[in-house]
Amino acid sequence: MSLDVAWAQAWIRSSAQVLAEHRAELNTLDREIGDGDHGENMDRGFQAVLPKLDGLADGATPGDAFKTLASTLISTVGGAAGPLYGTAYLKAATAVTGVAELDGAAVVALLTAARDGIVLRGKAESGDKTMIDAWTPAVDAAEQAHAAGADPALVLAAAADAAEAGAVSTEPLVARKGRASYLGERAIGHRDPGAQSTALILRSGADAAASS
Amino acid sequence: MKKLVNDPKNVVDEAVAGFGAAHPDIVRVSLDPVYIVRSDAPQAGKVGIVSGGGSGHEPLHGGFVGFGMLDAAVPGAVFTSPTPDPILAATKAVDGGAGVLHIVKNYTGDVLNFETAADLAAADEIEVRTVIVNDDVAVKDSLYTAGRRGVAGTVLVEKIAGAAAERGDDLTAVATVAEKVIGQVRSMGVALTPCVVPHAGEPSFTLADDEIEIGIGIHGEPGRERIKLEPADAIVDRLLGPILDDLPYTSGDKVLLFINGMGGTPQVELYIVFRRAAEVLAGRGIEVTRTLVGNFTTSLEMQGMSITVLKLDEELTALWDAPVHTAALRWGK
Repeated sequence: MSLDVAWAQAWIRSSAQVLAEHRAELNTLDREIGDGDHGENMDRGFQAVLPKLDGLADGATPGDAFKTLASTLISTVGGAAGPLYGTAYLKAATAVTGVAELDGAAVVALLTAARDGIVLRGKAESGDKTMIDAWTPAVDAAEQAHAAGADPALVLAAAADAAEAGAVSTEPLVARKGRASYLGERAIGHRDPGAQSTALILRSGADAAASS
Repeated sequence: MKKLVNDPKNVVDEAVAGFGAAHPDIVRVSLDPVYIVRSDAPQAGKVGIVSGGGSGHEPLHGGFVGFGMLDAAVPGAVFTSPTPDPILAATKAVDGGAGVLHIVKNYTGDVLNFETAADLAAADEIEVRTVIVNDDVAVKDSLYTAGRRGVAGTVLVEKIAGAAAERGDDLTAVATVAEKVIGQVRSMGVALTPCVVPHAGEPSFTLADDEIEIGIGIHGEPGRERIKLEPADAIVDRLLGPILDDLPYTSGDKVLLFINGMGGTPQVELYIVFRRAAEVLAGRGIEVTRTLVGNFTTSLEMQGMSITVLKLDEELTALWDAPVHTAALRWGK
């Protein structure tokens, strides 16, 4: 399917459903190395955007949908995840402003801008045991897939695969950012909840592209 | 786990509504977005002081809104930073034309959301200065952590900065005195039991019946080490040592000693702790000239406490003694 505004809406709706289904799981991951509310907060934010998706104007672009999501997450999620995901979607929206249908290069630009936005706000680097450990492999995999000539849906699928592997890769790490950093070596063996929600969200985007 | 709640989703809204109804002489509350302001806000020409953070630490911060302390408090969901919208709304509500100081505990979510709100306020031409409280010595301030956490020392920053604003200091002067307090205050805490976030319904972490967590934060997040329960005096010594060594506090210093309950600790135990802490300070030649004992920065129903020591001078002592009239702290007025 073409990656137009219908895809963007489908991605956001599917993310909302997946995050609701994994709410307890994300809370549990967060309880182990944080404060136990990541699933709660993400669910609240994505549920809040659903009614707004129907209100997008005729001729809206994927960027408009992501911008709506960004402002909703910033104003409803709270914690660190609100500003981080909000900034990610805001930068992603800006990267594809006015583009009605995303090609592979636009998907790479969107993911790169989202990742860079999170780094800008959160100042985390690869290996700090944060959502960046899912985002950066996803961006790299998307670039490679695009360079190899993959269509946009497959570029997204490559990003989702890499994000899932990236989330798993946080398990043996000591955290250097966020609340988990207070745990020192006791964070070892636990998956970062932000990396896990990133993997869930990118998989939703790839699934929406594959079925659209 | 039994709790006095209705729908867990409404915990903060209902508590804030009740707080406003209980203290109409001191505060007024907004429920959409959620914030608490002094009933007489904004005060023309006075620096406004706004703090906030996740709920579950009451009376922090709403209980400290009123004459001589905060102009507004912004409660987020339980243990979750408020979003920028209510922080911005509270900032506007207390802006008397002299600018606004944001007092923020050093937790990643609080810092990011207050930073975003300050950017938005600047766009509305409100001058905002921000101070970050990071008094918790249990966490090493290094490149490898998010930095030391802001815990019970925040109460002292809010009281003293509030007094400076009340006497008419300008924004730079209020921020400077707040930074001075932050520079001279250190804390460390212990948990005997975990706490239960209402919507989670189960403990945030687990501790065996005979275990305690040394160096706990105010959300039940772990600190330095998990050990077997010891007598109160030994636990006090474990907390006070790192506090005194950190600044360091030395013989001849005058200090404020603050024993803070985490919500589920009876006063009788807090005074046992105070007794030992005062004894240790005296032994080091440190004079306790001001005191505070009670549940002021809590972690829901957690059993445990924290010890906070603030090095005083004449200015800070005078500002601490200045009149205050809030739901949780009142004297001299």
